[in-house]
Amino acid sequence: MTSVYEHLGPNQRLVRQTRADSGRNSAFRRLLRQFLLSDYFVLYLTLIMFFTSAYFFPTLSTPGNVANQLQNMWPLLAVAIGQTFVLILGGIDLSVGATMGFTSVIGAVLMAQTLDPAFFDKSPLWGNLMRPEGGLLAGSALAVPIGVLVMLLTGTFIGFLNGFAITRFKMAPFMVTLVTSTFFAAFALWLTQSRNISGLPEAFVELGKGDIISIYLGPKLTPEIARRDILQFVTYPFVIAVGLAIAAQFLLSRTVFGRQMFSIGTNRVTSDISGIPSQSVIIRVYMFSGFCAAVASILYSARLAIGQPSLGGGNLLLDIIGAAVIGGTSLFGGKGSVRGTFFGVAFFVLLLNILNAMRLDPFVIDAVKGGFILIAALLDVTRSRFINREQRA
Amino acid sequence: MTPLLELHDLTKAFFGIAAVKGVSLSVHAGETLGLIGQNGAGKSTLMNLVGGVVHADSGQMVFNEKPYSPRKPGDAQRLGIAFIHQELNLFTNLTIAENIFISDFPRGGFPGTFDRARIKQQTRELLQSVGLDIAPDTPVDRISPGERQLVEIARALHQDASLIIFDEPTTSLTARETERLFAIMTQLKAQGKGLIYISHILGDVRRLADRVAVMRDGELVALEAAADFPISRMISLMVGRSIEQLYPSRTSTPGDKVLLDVNDVRAAGIVEDISFQLHKGEVLGLFGLMGSGRSELARMIFGVDRYDSGTIRVEGEPLNTPSPRASIRSKIAFVTENRREEGLLMGIDIANNISLVSLPQFARTLLQIVDQQQMHETASDTATLLQLKSGDIRQQPVKALSGGNQQKVVIAKWLLSRPSVFIMDEPTRGIDVGAKYEIYSIIDRLAGEGSGVLIISSELEELTGMCDRILVMSRGEIVGEFARADFDRERILSAAFREQHQALPENA
Repeated sequence: MTSVYEHLGPNQRLVRQTRADSGRNSAFRRLLRQFLLSDYFVLYLTLIMFFTSAYFFPTLSTPGNVANQLQNMWPLLAVAIGQTFVLILGGIDLSVGATMGFTSVIGAVLMAQTLDPAFFDKSPLWGNLMRPEGGLLAGSALAVPIGVLVMLLTGTFIGFLNGFAITRFKMAPFMVTLVTSTFFAAFALWLTQSRNISGLPEAFVELGKGDIISIYLGPKLTPEIARRDILQFVTYPFVIAVGLAIAAQFLLSRTVFGRQMFSIGTNRVTSDISGIPSQSVIIRVYMFSGFCAAVASILYSARLAIGQPSLGGGNLLLDIIGAAVIGGTSLFGGKGSVRGTFFGVAFFVLLLNILNAMRLDPFVIDAVKGGFILIAALLDVTRSRFINREQRA
Repeated sequence: MTPLLELHDLTKAFFGIAAVKGVSLSVHAGETLGLIGQNGAGKSTLMNLVGGVVHADSGQMVFNEKPYSPRKPGDAQRLGIAFIHQELNLFTNLTIAENIFISDFPRGGFPGTFDRARIKQQTRELLQSVGLDIAPDTPVDRISPGERQLVEIARALHQDASLIIFDEPTTSLTARETERLFAIMTQLKAQGKGLIYISHILGDVRRLADRVAVMRDGELVALEAAADFPISRMISLMVGRSIEQLYPSRTSTPGDKVLLDVNDVRAAGIVEDISFQLHKGEVLGLFGLMGSGRSELARMIFGVDRYDSGTIRVEGEPLNTPSPRASIRSKIAFVTENRREEGLLMGIDIANNISLVSLPQFARTLLQIVDQQQMHETASDTATLLQLKSGDIRQQPVKALSGGNQQKVVIAKWLLSRPSVFIMDEPTRGIDVGAKYEIYSIIDRLAGEGSGVLIISSELEELTGMCDRILVMSRGEIVGEFARADFDRERILSAAFREQHQALPENA
């Protein structure tokens, strides 16, 4: 056998050339890979985006704007955590938006202090649950705790319906949650005849904006500081959403339930044969998603001080799934984290803030958002390819 | 003569462990190169380097006298290197012709259409050249595995491949289909194609190959002419020591206690009146051809599939509501025949795979928090016990392990639940000689510690080598039972084929 170098003289240089190129190439690739595979990739991206855009739009980095954007994050985070769980399982929950609208209406119907007959006398609930002097719990001292509890139970129950139909009748999650979504969105509109319910108790509204730690930046000119100058950082929604996130991350990474979720999302057949109680895990995950949607509904309704049937409508579903996917949760199941979703939500809120600062047309904003989800999905594929290449033996 | 493909000092490492170490090799046109080695020896990685699936850390390749460094599998295909895999790469919902022309449909007269008549005609010619007499528009899911293999070869011919790599092509073929494949391979060689043949069946390799390359631990340990390369030496080179015996000697004898009692189990059209008992410390073989109902029976015993009537008792306790969960509670373990699809979470780390069945064991407090440290200790103890060869079990995903080590992970997973009955469906399928011996030793140890092991296999050799007793199934029934003293290859086989008449002992 002759050596290649004996009869391939002219090509020898070419071979060396290619090797040198690939050496330089691989240093760059290594760096790129480290960046792409980092758990904090989206966080880095968000920070880079923040500082770059703050340079062009100084209003973005004013304390007032930062505080405001933080407040926008919390309800979205709450509902995105539930979606993350469902996606890890390999499912999808399209009904979270409708769940939010429906629970918002249920809560408002129970807690409203007054109801205007001119608006609601055509509602099927008029005269029994809805009366001019308010909802069922109007005036009761326990109106808010009971109202909130019923909202949480309602969301959890819708999740149970989803999980039950998916496991019991072996229906596709996409189909089941699309049906519940359509049904409960329409139901909420019918109950209220498409009107928002106002007149919610003050204690409930406080849930949406009550602050624990606020700061005031600036000189003290008058004895009283105007309310609008106080920047709220730690609010009730902050505590509720972050508390939910910490609990969810714990559930996911430290408990048997979390392992079982990843196992089912990775391979259902293996999980079943290994004795994982798949049906009950799946039902519980959809219930959790409904619960998270109810939490988001409480935060939004309290902030807006109304019960809104169309609360989770529009493009909110895109934001929720988009935030989870940008945070590294795979639509194919078996992969995802609450931390990633947290970063994804921050990224999305910031993106929206920048687009608004650019004074773009709302239609353009949606188009750009769609584009970013596409990029996130592409990045997900690239990341998987890097990981696979590492692992192939 | 100039070689068709030359490999120079190729090296590739995964997770810091070299899978291929400085391999130099050449294949000539008109030659068949046999490539053998245990699973994990680096054969697949070497072929993935050639195919552009993975990229070498160092070393060069030369193909057709040109430097060759494929970036992706498409590069290899375009230059004329074709792969025939053990898992076939055909679209079963498409026709044969569509599969062959999948990457280059000839355009039809109308934009966006393709020329059906032309691809049909060309496919017919290609099929003829591989000796396959089937209509080109037959959907692939209607033809047998052997015929599919030939379709793959036809596709390779259509792509004008000059080097064809066969990776374990005979695993799912019948004896006749195998013969036909070998005839085609000889023909391709005569036409001047270069062939690389990878197989665990050393007799076939010796028969087909001109030269045989042996790999061990990523290195090329021998490259010799097949004609004077005895199989015994191939084996000792592969495992790095000489193997006197393929099976460990059994160290235990079956006891009297019945662990598993299967009574009159039937499921219409699948199994009929199945009754047998598995004893403490016994290794019981269940032999049958494909479609005899052996795997289906195993799935019923474990509660994956339903049966119409009959009872199954474990240590005297009937399994009333069959389900995998109930079986696990009754201390049954089930090593399925498809470890990738049914036994493992391929992308997940080894430790979590091992602890999967016994997760509740590691749950602490009301919140069911997993005691990570104890989980990893237990998993790593079990891995050591089974001599699992791997990197960090908390990091390395199962898919990065060789077949034999993957199977050890499946067994480890069940060991944690301390089962008394082990059902193993084809426990050594796709595993090399050395790892097979280790799996057999594990089976012997399980029986020695008092478990009952039911092994289902289509390899009679391994059953006669390992079992205390063999049951033979045919068309859903148990048609014969043989004690170790009367193991007779001929009689067992003829029972499986149902050629035996009344003389058969019907005391199942």
